[in-house]
Amino acid sequence: MDGIKIKNGGALTTIQDKGRYGAQQTGFGPCGVMDEKSFHIANALLGNKENEAMLEATLLGPEVEFTGENNFVITGADMGAMLDGVPIEGYRVWKAEKGSVLKLRFAKNGVRAYLAFAGGLDVPEVMGSKSTGLKIKMGGLNGRKLEAGDEIAFVRPALKLSHLERRRMTPFDYQKKEWNIRVVLGFQKDYFTGEGINAFFTTPYTILQDSDRMGYRLEGEPVTCRKTVDIISDATVPGAIQIPANGKPIILMADRQTTGGYAKLGAVISADLPLLAQAGPGNKIRFEQVSVEEAQSALRIERKELKKLERRINRWL
Amino acid sequence: MEEISILTAGDSAVTIEFADKISPDINRKVAAFAKALVRENIRGVLEYVPTFRSVTVFYDPLIVSYGKLCRSLQRIMENLEVTSAEKKRIYTIPVCYEEPFAPDMHTVMAHTGLDRESIIKLHSGRDYLIYMLGFLPGFPYLGGMDERLETPRLASPRTKIEAGSVGIGGSQTGIYPLDSPGGWQLIGKTPVRIYDERRKDPIFYRAGDYIRFVPIGEEKYREIRKQCDTGTYRCEVTES
Repeated sequence: MDGIKIKNGGALTTIQDKGRYGAQQTGFGPCGVMDEKSFHIANALLGNKENEAMLEATLLGPEVEFTGENNFVITGADMGAMLDGVPIEGYRVWKAEKGSVLKLRFAKNGVRAYLAFAGGLDVPEVMGSKSTGLKIKMGGLNGRKLEAGDEIAFVRPALKLSHLERRRMTPFDYQKKEWNIRVVLGFQKDYFTGEGINAFFTTPYTILQDSDRMGYRLEGEPVTCRKTVDIISDATVPGAIQIPANGKPIILMADRQTTGGYAKLGAVISADLPLLAQAGPGNKIRFEQVSVEEAQSALRIERKELKKLERRINRWL
Repeated sequence: MEEISILTAGDSAVTIEFADKISPDINRKVAAFAKALVRENIRGVLEYVPTFRSVTVFYDPLIVSYGKLCRSLQRIMENLEVTSAEKKRIYTIPVCYEEPFAPDMHTVMAHTGLDRESIIKLHSGRDYLIYMLGFLPGFPYLGGMDERLETPRLASPRTKIEAGSVGIGGSQTGIYPLDSPGGWQLIGKTPVRIYDERRKDPIFYRAGDYIRFVPIGEEKYREIRKQCDTGTYRCEVTES
């Protein structure tokens, strides 16, 4: 079987694509990659289909043996990757031979690395997606994180990619003293006091250790409510900022619940969710308020940039 | 329909809120709106989540503009037809309200001023309408809990609640179908596997069905649990 064999799963490595959509009304959240930008770039660099599934590694990367040759790319966090003991850069295409070992280590710039293989990974689609749902134990490889001994086949390895020199770009720098994350206020903002909202937008918040793919828990000035934060449960959106009674914000991420009973102050804008996905425990965030129009225009710019990258690569093919 | 509002929920979703209360009448409007939304098939609308008293519509702002989407949704509301309820399907769910399955029973007792027996009697004494599924696959938000049982959620949610736990959150009650973080006050646990991937239909009930809780002792809990493990247990279903 041509594919990969996991020698060490690292801290949390899962198979993800863009996510499982269409069943939120029965309670199935989308899951999918946390950092959609790095995901798209990885597939673009390899000339893969836009939604080809790949590995998402968290904080401590996996060690992977190639059981067949193939081209691959690493985007997102820098985990000090070594191919057969030799350090390799991210954001460019590398070819691994059969028997080659790729080792990712601790993340030193960002927290999530994306390891994509030309032609994609052969795992069954569950409800239209290859994404791993850890909480619901479905999708990806048996609904769980990857462990030593797991084997995954390539769908159709692409061994000869042309113009390798053009299939690269400058990695992003995620080493920031403070992260600026833009937020759109939501229709439940009136559950909170003016001081609470003011604190949210003017003081820094720290990402706590027990943050995960489901939600980022924040420490900082409490966002005080007027009377209560209990609402009649309603739907959540990606990046929704829930405030429980203790006033400590929780940002809902890829593995979020589809509905929730805490009032929502607003939501992180779609264009900034990939960036937030690269912030980890201990990092400080400052929130900036923007309008829905500004948020949508930022998303438009992000998508344009990506299209530009795809064109730059494909023009030469 | 003038009380209905279209609200922005982030940059890629809007919420249509029919009222700020739980009532079967409001919920029927939600169902009717959802049905019309599917029929209308608006370009750029990705999916929707119906809840107690609102529908959240997810869209791609680069395909359909906010203004155009709102006009389409407005049109749906103007032509909304609400149908009356059809026949009731009731699922019987056994629940053990005893320790160690009821870690927050004392909180609920203290808050409501009721004793354990009264709480069990009030909680299991009626049929609950499944207003919506959400939060987790198959998590039923149940309407119609006795007001005397109302207890606020935990100030700081638990990081793990076991599958099958039955709880109270404000004026609502429900079951956790999977292990999950959560903020509800736990007063019991069912041995039934609400979510079971071995079944053809991993979630056996739907929004619009009813649930009836039946109190069981710890011994009965273990007995039913065994049957659930081997896949031989079926919840009792009655139609009326």
